Amino acid sequence: MTQATTPSAFQAVKGTYKGVVKISLMLTATYLIAQALSSILPAADYRSLFGFSNRTAVWIVAELHLMFAAFVLGVPIFAFITEIVGVATKERRYDDLAREFTKLLAMAYTLTAVLGCVLLVLFIVLYPKLTGYLSGLFKPTWLLYIVLIFGEVIVAYLYWYTWDLLQGARKKWHLLLGLLVNLWGTALLFVADIWVTFMMSPAGIDDANNLVSLWDAINNHTWMPINIHRLLANVAFGGAIVAAYAAVRFLNAKSDEEKARFDWMGYVGSFIAIAAFIPLPFAGYWLGREIYQFSEQMGVSMMGGSFAWLWILQAMLIGGLFLASNFYLWLGMGRIPGGERYNKFQIGMMIVLTVGFIVWATPRSIIASGAEMAAMGGSHHPFLGLFGVMAAKNTAVNLMILTTFFSFMLYRRGNRIPTVSWATTGKIVQALAIAAAAAVVVGYGIYSYFVPSITRIGFSVYQVSAVLAAMAVFVAIDIPLLKGAKEIGAIRWGQIPARAQYALFFLAVSFTWLMGLMGYIRSGIRQYWHVYGRIMDESANAYTMTHGHATIIVSVIVVIFFLLVSAVFAMATRYDSPPNPRPVGGGDGSSAADAASMSLAAASLGRPGGSGGAQVEAKG
Amino acid sequence: MVRWTFYIALVLWLAILVGLKLLVRPPMPVSVLMIYMTLSTLGILVFVAANEERFQAFVAPLRSVFEARAPKAVQALVLAGIPLLIGWGAWLRTAPSWDAPFEPRVVHPEPPSAFTSHGKRIDAAALKNPLRVGDPAKLAQYTAEGKTIYYQNCFFCHGDALAGDGHFANAFTPIPANFRDVGTISMLQESFVYWRVATGGPGLPKGATPWLSAMPVWQDMLSEEDIWKAILYIYEGSGSTPRTWEEEVKHDKH
Repeated sequence: MTQATTPSAFQAVKGTYKGVVKISLMLTATYLIAQALSSILPAADYRSLFGFSNRTAVWIVAELHLMFAAFVLGVPIFAFITEIVGVATKERRYDDLAREFTKLLAMAYTLTAVLGCVLLVLFIVLYPKLTGYLSGLFKPTWLLYIVLIFGEVIVAYLYWYTWDLLQGARKKWHLLLGLLVNLWGTALLFVADIWVTFMMSPAGIDDANNLVSLWDAINNHTWMPINIHRLLANVAFGGAIVAAYAAVRFLNAKSDEEKARFDWMGYVGSFIAIAAFIPLPFAGYWLGREIYQFSEQMGVSMMGGSFAWLWILQAMLIGGLFLASNFYLWLGMGRIPGGERYNKFQIGMMIVLTVGFIVWATPRSIIASGAEMAAMGGSHHPFLGLFGVMAAKNTAVNLMILTTFFSFMLYRRGNRIPTVSWATTGKIVQALAIAAAAAVVVGYGIYSYFVPSITRIGFSVYQVSAVLAAMAVFVAIDIPLLKGAKEIGAIRWGQIPARAQYALFFLAVSFTWLMGLMGYIRSGIRQYWHVYGRIMDESANAYTMTHGHATIIVSVIVVIFFLLVSAVFAMATRYDSPPNPRPVGGGDGSSAADAASMSLAAASLGRPGGSGGAQVEAKG
Repeated sequence: MVRWTFYIALVLWLAILVGLKLLVRPPMPVSVLMIYMTLSTLGILVFVAANEERFQAFVAPLRSVFEARAPKAVQALVLAGIPLLIGWGAWLRTAPSWDAPFEPRVVHPEPPSAFTSHGKRIDAAALKNPLRVGDPAKLAQYTAEGKTIYYQNCFFCHGDALAGDGHFANAFTPIPANFRDVGTISMLQESFVYWRVATGGPGLPKGATPWLSAMPVWQDMLSEEDIWKAILYIYEGSGSTPRTWEEEVKHDKH
């Protein structure tokens, strides 16, 4: 998929045709292998894989497939956003960044498809009865899925092959292709979510499990929350992987130009990752609420039952993400002239983040010795137990989100001094917006201990709304506030301590780990059911494994994923020509932040131009 | 101020440790203290490392020790102190103890989708308290009757204040549930509480075992109606309300 010169329309069509042939061959081979194995092997409800657990085999392949699928859905969203930013700001480096990552897609698509085909064969061979039932129930959606796969392949390949062809006046057509790639990808995600969510919260079937309404089966309790949750997570994941890639390249950079380029790339990746990550807990909360509403048993298993301790691991990972992203931003302030003006806020922000992290990670049911339990009067501490419930954790996470947002805004303002006449008033209103949101979050957090659960759940909506409203007010004021602002100096891209890059790498690993862990919880809470409450898992593996065992499998999957992704990156960059340094205009993080926030939040345009920065042309 | 970063960080760390050890009552279990101190350490280190000037000031005393520029006595103290501290920590973790091993418990046992009560198979998802009626007078009457049932049967373990501190409470490990705690019945639907009362300790699920519960199987001693009345009272008496889902009434999908 590499190219040295601008391809013609014929080459674009030829490349796309090859992609279609490749996927057709894969699907045909999958069908033939599955059919052959099904006819050779003796009839059974369950089969094992050469003595290896059928459940673990499907788990590993499904999770890897999902991670690569998240990658190939997340990266085009990332690329599309940065391409739009490039058009809006007229900064070529955004376009180059988008192009560089789109280049990786061909190999990643192939790996995703291979894993998907293996998964399909495993389903048919290892779980023939269940697969037969589900495929019978959802036949139209399977057909739709295949159509969407071909559509996605065609549009994605065209998106890549026409990159240089559709420049200048024809750029709008390329953007349209980018939009189509993402629409198709999102549709694929939504269709795949039908099957998984039906297994969690079945609907549209009668007492004998026969289909009554296909639409009800599709639009089950958890379908839309998972769609939204995964969509946001994919954007965050795509951004985090880009940032990790940039971090590795930064650490291996041989010249200042290279360092500058990959420093900037890491910043853009992390910005998009964190921007998508901030609303993610809200989407997760919606999903959790739907699970509880569908089945209290499932909800209790998830939050208060045997899976409860995994949420402490989740809190550790997400709390770590918050710390790492703030750490990265604060270190980044060191390369922004004028950024030192905001160092004074760091101590307060760190206290909020650490205390929030501590509250979030406080378990409700505490591991304690006999003497400790006797002293506490049970497994719940009379004081610390107050931190173990959702009222405290919601408050903590909202304050951590608000703090991280504030960090972003300070970074954005780093080297600029507002010159508008109403600057002081604007800043006061911004401060009041943040303070008001914090007061609402803390106030409702405390009050929610004294109200019924249904009211308490409603309070979380007020808390979230207050945080989102404060963010909206802050950004709405910030954009005109910084218009025409006086610049103290250009950002010194590349002049950031190496430890900042490890924070970026940590972001990507944590996101991936979280996907594996949360995926296990979501799937595990079905316990001994294939289709919850309807079709029981009668295999020898229908048990809930220990947390230690499960998390080891999740960790092994994460390691395999990173090895595979590293291979994709290594192969895709193997034939890269040495970069040719080429200075371009507009190179500071403020404009990057402007532009990205513009495209994400549909705010007004960032300022084009600017100063500083270094850029090299990416050669595919 | 920045040049004292290392010492400020050290004093802060020690202050947090001492504060958590001395100020939290009853004493914080070691497992939680470990979590809190790990996160506090992380917070301090991240803060220090997030600024180059602070970071350099923080590592300067360490460098002077490990690059042999510090006074010999300080070098000896640090170099001997670190392995001694690690050794002491290892001893604390491995030293024999007379304390009973800890027993991890989940927050709430997982309710079954169906269970048997009074000879009938009950679908937990569809179970509602039939006595939680709209008529305030009737509701008050059922609750008052529930109070009598509670004092005749439950009071001895769950206590006068419904705080899990009845006369027999300390004979059990763990002690009976504290209904005034925000993490117990106010988190649960009445169907869950009915299941726990009706099937007692023996009705607990196999998941996350071993369960330790002295809760009797009340369906053998109380009628269905009496259990529901007692449930009305424990919510009323503890000032809590059962978990409900408004939307279930409006548009139930399943």
